Amino acid sequence: MSTRQTRTAARLMMSPAVILLLGWMIIPLSMTIYFSFLRYNLLMPGTEEWAGLMNYRFFLTDPAFFSAMGNTLLLVGGVLTITVIGGIALGLLLDQPFFGQGIVRILVIAPFFVMPTVSALVWKNMFMNPVNGLFAHAAKLLGMQPYDFLAVSPLFSIILIVAWQWLPFSTLILLTALQSLDSEQKEASEMDGAGPVSQFIHIVLPHLSRAITVVILIQTIFLLSIFAEILVTTNGGPGYASTNITYLVYAQSLLQFDVGGGSAGGIVAVILANIVAIFLMRMIGKNLEV
Amino acid sequence: MARATSTQRRWVVTIVAWSVGLLIFFPIFWTILTSFKTEAEAIASPPSLFAFEWTLENYGEVQERSNYFRHFMNSVVISLGSTLLGLIIAVPAAWAMAFSPTPRTKDVLMWMLSTKMLPPVGVLIPIYLMFRDTGLLDTRTGLVIVLTLINLPIIVWMLYTYFKEIPGEILEASRMDGASLRDEIIHVLTPMAVPGIASTLLLNVILSWNEAFWTLNLTAAKAAPLTAFIASYSSPEGLFYAKLSAASTMAIAPILIMGWFSQKQLVRGLTFGAVK
Amino acid sequence: MGSISLKQVSKVFGDTTVIPGLDLQIEEGEFVVFVGPSGCGKSTLLRLIAGLEDVSGGVVEINGQDATRIAPAKRGLAMVFQSYALYPHMSVRKNIGFPLKMAKMDKAEIDKKVEGAASVLNLTDYLDRRPGQLSGGQRQRVAIGRAIVRDPAAFLFDEPLSNLDAALRVNMRLEISELHQQLKTTMIYVTHDQVEAMTMADKIVVLQAGRIEQVGSPLDLYHKPRNRFVAGFIGSPKMNFIEGAEAAKHDAAVTGVRPEHLSLSKTEGTWQGTVGVAEHLGSDTFLHLTVDGIGGMTARTSGEFDVHHGDRVYLTPRADRIYRFAADGNAIA
Repeated sequence: MSTRQTRTAARLMMSPAVILLLGWMIIPLSMTIYFSFLRYNLLMPGTEEWAGLMNYRFFLTDPAFFSAMGNTLLLVGGVLTITVIGGIALGLLLDQPFFGQGIVRILVIAPFFVMPTVSALVWKNMFMNPVNGLFAHAAKLLGMQPYDFLAVSPLFSIILIVAWQWLPFSTLILLTALQSLDSEQKEASEMDGAGPVSQFIHIVLPHLSRAITVVILIQTIFLLSIFAEILVTTNGGPGYASTNITYLVYAQSLLQFDVGGGSAGGIVAVILANIVAIFLMRMIGKNLEV
Repeated sequence: MARATSTQRRWVVTIVAWSVGLLIFFPIFWTILTSFKTEAEAIASPPSLFAFEWTLENYGEVQERSNYFRHFMNSVVISLGSTLLGLIIAVPAAWAMAFSPTPRTKDVLMWMLSTKMLPPVGVLIPIYLMFRDTGLLDTRTGLVIVLTLINLPIIVWMLYTYFKEIPGEILEASRMDGASLRDEIIHVLTPMAVPGIASTLLLNVILSWNEAFWTLNLTAAKAAPLTAFIASYSSPEGLFYAKLSAASTMAIAPILIMGWFSQKQLVRGLTFGAVK
Repeated sequence: MGSISLKQVSKVFGDTTVIPGLDLQIEEGEFVVFVGPSGCGKSTLLRLIAGLEDVSGGVVEINGQDATRIAPAKRGLAMVFQSYALYPHMSVRKNIGFPLKMAKMDKAEIDKKVEGAASVLNLTDYLDRRPGQLSGGQRQRVAIGRAIVRDPAAFLFDEPLSNLDAALRVNMRLEISELHQQLKTTMIYVTHDQVEAMTMADKIVVLQAGRIEQVGSPLDLYHKPRNRFVAGFIGSPKMNFIEGAEAAKHDAAVTGVRPEHLSLSKTEGTWQGTVGVAEHLGSDTFLHLTVDGIGGMTARTSGEFDVHHGDRVYLTPRADRIYRFAADGNAIA
């Protein structure tokens, strides 16, 4: 439905958005790439020199990198497991008719809207603190020793906190997908003799597989960049026990002021995210009709 | 095998669902509750549920000691500012893509979405250095710029999906009726798209309010929004649970309310159409 | 005022040529109907005239002026869309008044014109309602009202009746025809329904695959179809086509005879056949027969003719109503 006039107008109207995003992509990213080839430390300005792939070599052979890489995978994997399984369970639950559905939905969705720094601090202090936290109180009540979550299992604790935050997101999406399942299909299978478990495995799960894939891909992209929760609870420690790639790059860049090294790390993070992004874009592309 | 009556089943589900819901909501509930306790009460063991002396002193102290109000206003300005700026840039772009599509439109849209998948650490250093050198560090303006850019893909995407739902023939009719492009957008498109624009605005204010990477790294005392301000409670002195609770409650209350209205938008905006 | 010329107008979408190159002359005050099967390009042609699509080649002239590069709003034409395209957030009054507002007419003038159009179309009681509160027929009229107030050189109708139920369609057909009598403005009407075409048009343009098959008055097309396509398209039920030996008897590759030009008898006739399905409409009966040596045919007969499934009957075509076609489909004179 376009004519020359509307097409020219359209091109003009798109340009601000396109130019800005193009700039946002190209300018800082190319600077990062450039820095990654320099020896550049903010504490010693003026001594920058070309370093080739040295930064990458150091970064990728640093034991901190391996810890961070492992932690990143554990973090993402752990949160995904909890949110996908929990999301399916919650979705199935909320899909049933019961009294007060609207309110329970709000209760379940709420954590997603709490800002990450608040949720991390609330969990850290009011629940996980080994002296004054609720978990400690509960342990004492049961005659057990309180568990120092963040000191002993920092990564696990952070996984818990982040999973709590993201569970609503996956629940909402899986619930939406569940509700699009034609109830007649389920009824037909019931007539064919399928019990609830068979129904779940053969009808519900395949229908959900698409939504589950989307949830996994989108959450992975965001989970790779978990930052605030780590900053505010453990600062990546003890040692590197709860450092992920994002935090490692931050620490190198803004705490150690190693611009060169931090940039190399940043590029590594970009490459990692790109791998996931390729799969996600393919899924989006399949569904997108223009 | 006898089937449970549907009312029985309903009640069982009700009990399970409510238990799960309350469990998940509990940390938020506990925070709000603790904000009304004294510091001593807040760490008391066993913890009290409702039987304690309710007080508003924490709310007062938080504001006095740390100028909470300024950080609150920072959050407001940054969230609203970046969302409104984003809308101004995105509405024309979404119009163009929805009503004047070319074979390249799909690629452009997907490319825009892909920019949202860039990990922020990948550009942390250049942005930090550029902001430092241009005096944008620790300014509201600087943060508005960054947050506009990172949310622009979502704003464009959401507006695009809402605009697609408007029948193109109505815009053609306005053209036949003599409307210029400006007339078309002001008199016909915008009134019809108001619900969609409102939904997009809502979701993006929420996303900006809760953003916790750039707001933590690019601000210090002056422009710090609530995300950063709360982070200062990570290494406090003395008893602080009740004050943390009060500060947190104030920080999350507006968004919890807005979030209630924006569930559908959440699915639409953040799954990029991959889930219908 | 209101003459439109199309000179070698063509339209290409991507790799597909929808309209290869077309000439047409529309005179002032004519009611012209573009008719043809789905995908023949009739709506595209209308949109090219309206200016909602650019032509890929050729010239569109309106009142003798070259309007090919002129924007839709400035061509002085008004369009009624298939879905009516009413502005849902505006009242009927504002909908009808919108084009006048765009033309920067002053409020008093606008009100006068809107009320004028509303009274012509029986919409006066509905002026303050929103489109969502109106029935299909009323919305149709608001769309027409919005077109009327512009005092256009020509009205363009894009399948306006296809969203209405059958009874309403018959009424609206009459109303539009009466409107044409009243206003005497050129009207270009697109439809796939040949009944609408036959009953409303001064001139019919039959299109297939972007090409004009024939232009003429309804009766012209009925009595003198230029080719097999037009012969089969105009007239309901469809003309019967006969190929092979039977057609060769008349020196043609294909002969055609309309169902209404077959007379039936129980005793004698040119052909003999068995009745398959008999559709009794009361006034007429349509018989679907298997005719010996020819195959399937449709015949129309009076409702009084008593005939049932399985009966054997005789058919005789009217000698002066047998159409002859060559192998390429063109009519043989």
